[in-house]
Amino acid sequence: MLTVIILFLCLAILLYFLLGGADFGAGIIELFTSEANRQRTRSTSYQAIGPVWEANHMWLVIAVVILFVGFPNIYSVMCTYLHIPILAMLMGIIARGTAFTFRHYDAIKGYRTQTLYNSIFIYSSFLTPLFLGIIAGSALSRRIDTEATNFADAYIFCWLNGFSIAVGLFTVALCGFLAAIYLIGEADNDFDIKRFFKKAKMLNIVAFFCGGLVFLAAETSNIRMAKWIFGNPVSLIAVILASLSLVLLWVSINRGKRYIIRVFAAFQVSMILLSVGYTHYPYFITEKNGNHLSLLTDHASASTVNVLGWALVVGSLFILPALGYLFYSFRGHTDHD
Amino acid sequence: MDDFLAARSQMALSLGFHIIYSCIGMVMPVFMAIAHYQYIKTGNVVYKNITQAWSKGVAIFFATGAVSGTMLSFELGLLWPKFMLHAGPIFGMPFSLEGVAFFIEAIALGFFLYGWNKFNKWFHWFTGVLVGVSGILSGILVVSANSWMNSPAGFNYVNGKYTNIDPMKAMFNGAWFSEALHMTIAAFAATGFAVAGIHALMIYHKQNISFHTRAFKIAIVFGAVAAILQPLSGDLSAKHAAKNQPAKLAAMEAYFETQEYAPLVIGGIPDTATKKVNYGIEIPGLLSFLVHDDFKTAVKGLDQIPVNEQPPVAITHYAFQIMVGLGMIMLAIGILYLICIWKKNNWLFKPWFLKLFIFATPLGFIALEAGWTVTEVGRQPWIIQDIMRTSEAVTPMPGIQYSFYLFTFIYFTLSVAVIVLLQRQIKMVPVVYDVK
Ligand code: HDD
Ligand code: HEM
Ligand code: HEM
Repeated sequence: MLTVIILFLCLAILLYFLLGGADFGAGIIELFTSEANRQRTRSTSYQAIGPVWEANHMWLVIAVVILFVGFPNIYSVMCTYLHIPILAMLMGIIARGTAFTFRHYDAIKGYRTQTLYNSIFIYSSFLTPLFLGIIAGSALSRRIDTEATNFADAYIFCWLNGFSIAVGLFTVALCGFLAAIYLIGEADNDFDIKRFFKKAKMLNIVAFFCGGLVFLAAETSNIRMAKWIFGNPVSLIAVILASLSLVLLWVSINRGKRYIIRVFAAFQVSMILLSVGYTHYPYFITEKNGNHLSLLTDHASASTVNVLGWALVVGSLFILPALGYLFYSFRGHTDHD
Repeated sequence: MDDFLAARSQMALSLGFHIIYSCIGMVMPVFMAIAHYQYIKTGNVVYKNITQAWSKGVAIFFATGAVSGTMLSFELGLLWPKFMLHAGPIFGMPFSLEGVAFFIEAIALGFFLYGWNKFNKWFHWFTGVLVGVSGILSGILVVSANSWMNSPAGFNYVNGKYTNIDPMKAMFNGAWFSEALHMTIAAFAATGFAVAGIHALMIYHKQNISFHTRAFKIAIVFGAVAAILQPLSGDLSAKHAAKNQPAKLAAMEAYFETQEYAPLVIGGIPDTATKKVNYGIEIPGLLSFLVHDDFKTAVKGLDQIPVNEQPPVAITHYAFQIMVGLGMIMLAIGILYLICIWKKNNWLFKPWFLKLFIFATPLGFIALEAGWTVTEVGRQPWIIQDIMRTSEAVTPMPGIQYSFYLFTFIYFTLSVAVIVLLQRQIKMVPVVYDVK
């Protein structure tokens, strides 16, 4: 059963990254859209993510529940030392979800209120994945210092450092990229489709550079990133596959294929996560003093793991088909109510 | 403000905020499903308008409920990491099932809100029902987690270690049924009265009468029935508290001295120094009767509880008086409504009758907040009754007051935004749904 809950944890993180990431990306794209075209981007993204955003963000809740029920030690260490970036991420989540809904359901569409909703939505869409990346980067990179004696060492520098921030930026770029690819398939006219193709290319390049930034930051702060990625066959193969799919992706983008590119993009991002995830597995947190918190040993008692596993298995029998049907039903367009 | 107090205040603020949205998220889908059903059956377009008008309001509440709920699932760890370290695996069962229920709810909501004219009408209707059912289910589950904190079960606690964990036993702990029942009824009473009050206001102003009277009726039938059941289930909760948490019961009643023929004290100002309640009304024997079904048997008072294990008496007592007082008012109004549909149909358009419901709009939610204050403050100083103290659970990170100020600011802003948005929706009803 332990394997089952670890698999579900990975699945929840992956799906949150892909689906929730594409949601955040929609706001990031808005940020990088000229004033003239913003309204167009907005209405496409409303049609695309309106029906699904609440479900998408449930993957985060599932991941958190698995952590605090199944791996309480990991959850409480993260919550204690990464309190500030988690708080920042939560602020982003609350601002973003409400601004997104309010701007649609405000019965009087005033110029000033709409502008306010838009800017809240855009900036929080940027900040939330930034902090998600920062949290992930900090957890994996020996930054958390459980023996620190002063406030700054314990609660600030563990996340406020070059490497974590580079990971954050990389996350933002990936989210934007995913969203562009997703919106290509959702747009209903050639002009927008072309625009999103352009955005997808641009964000792919940005993501590439941010990836380079992560390597650079790792080098300068003594993190053996190269060993993480190239040090074991699985990660290495994952990286090679990701690069190959990049080629296929560009070919398909240039041929104007609207849907198959989703598969390549999702595959590429999954491979990146796999390669990082695999080198660390089973460690979820590596502390400064070299202690590891491991999914295989720092779990709750067997009875808890068992019932959690069953709850997830039975729950997913209901959730996955329903979710699939939701996406299927609202693919392409949504009728405005 | 010290960190511990800030953490407690932040938790209370977040939960007090979330509960309003979650109650509406639980109950409104039920109301919508009924209006929607009437529309499908009768073809009367007013019912369709009601359903759609409500669903816009609900979308606003849902988004706010979902994000504030997500905050809570992190806040438990941000503020109480040591509590979650031990409690997570024990009371996690309802939370994992709750996660499943939320997920189904969010999926069904997507279908419902965006599915007009897209699906088979019964399938569309069913997704709305599913939103309500999974909402109520998740409410019951999360309350069962809370009741575990009041009446811990499903583990052995020896020498500071938690062993023999049985998550199923923890979920079905002794208090879960009475708490979940009382909470679910409260959600219906509070939301029913609030919605009915708003529509009563519109009828009073003679706007879209046919729209608002139909909406009013759906809401108040649930509100009235729930308000009538509420005191009965409250009595069950009180008996439970008397058995498992005598300190809480004593604080609720401001009952200082153990005695036979224990009196019920109504109102009054408890004075912990002199151990007396000033200006209260005492009804001898009634407390004994309510707790033990017999006027004589002694009830355990605060004098039998060590001072460092006593909850704050005044807050608990006032909150309890507020809840029960409002419960009684709502009960009376509920009965009045039943008389109205039974015998006096013409009351429905009399100003005094409408004013009564307008006045009652916020009562249920005030009672709800007061009730939670009783439960949570009355459990202090324990976070897990008799096992772990709240002060042992708090995060070691200093500076929590800043996070508390931030949350206060955010929740305040959000509340204002939601109120303004609702007002605007209601204002647009005549424009969008004017049926001549
Ligand atoms: C509409 C709201 C509402 C109304 C009218 C009432 N209650 Fe209540 N009460 C709640 C809403 C509520 C609540 C907020 O939902 C609580 C908090 C925890 C819970 O399970 O329900 C609660 C808790 C609560 C508790 C504490 C349970 C515990 O902590 O173990 C008791 C003893 C009562 N109630 C008793 C009553 C009585 C005797 C009422 C008589 C009229 C009453 N309540 C009306
Ligand atoms: C008595 C207290 C509570 C009740 C009755 C309750 C009930 C509900 C309900 C019915 C919803 C869905 C409706 C909506 O989104 O508006 C909801 C949302 C949510 N609640 Fe609560 N809740 C309570 C406390 C908590 C606590 C303590 C947590 C965290 C540990 C929590 C976590 C959540 C989450 C994550 C969501 C979002 C689900 C979504 O996206 O649909 N809730 N709650
Ligand atoms: C939604 C309705 C709820 C409200 C309004 C509420 C209210 C409060 C209040 C007023 C406090 C502070 C008590 C004090 O320190 O004096 C508190 C504390 C707390 N509540 Fe609740 N509560 C609710 C439901 C829940 C639920 C469902 C859970 C968890 C399953 C929960 C978990 C906690 C925790 C962990 C604390 C902090 C520790 C403590 O003070 O005992 N609450 N809540």
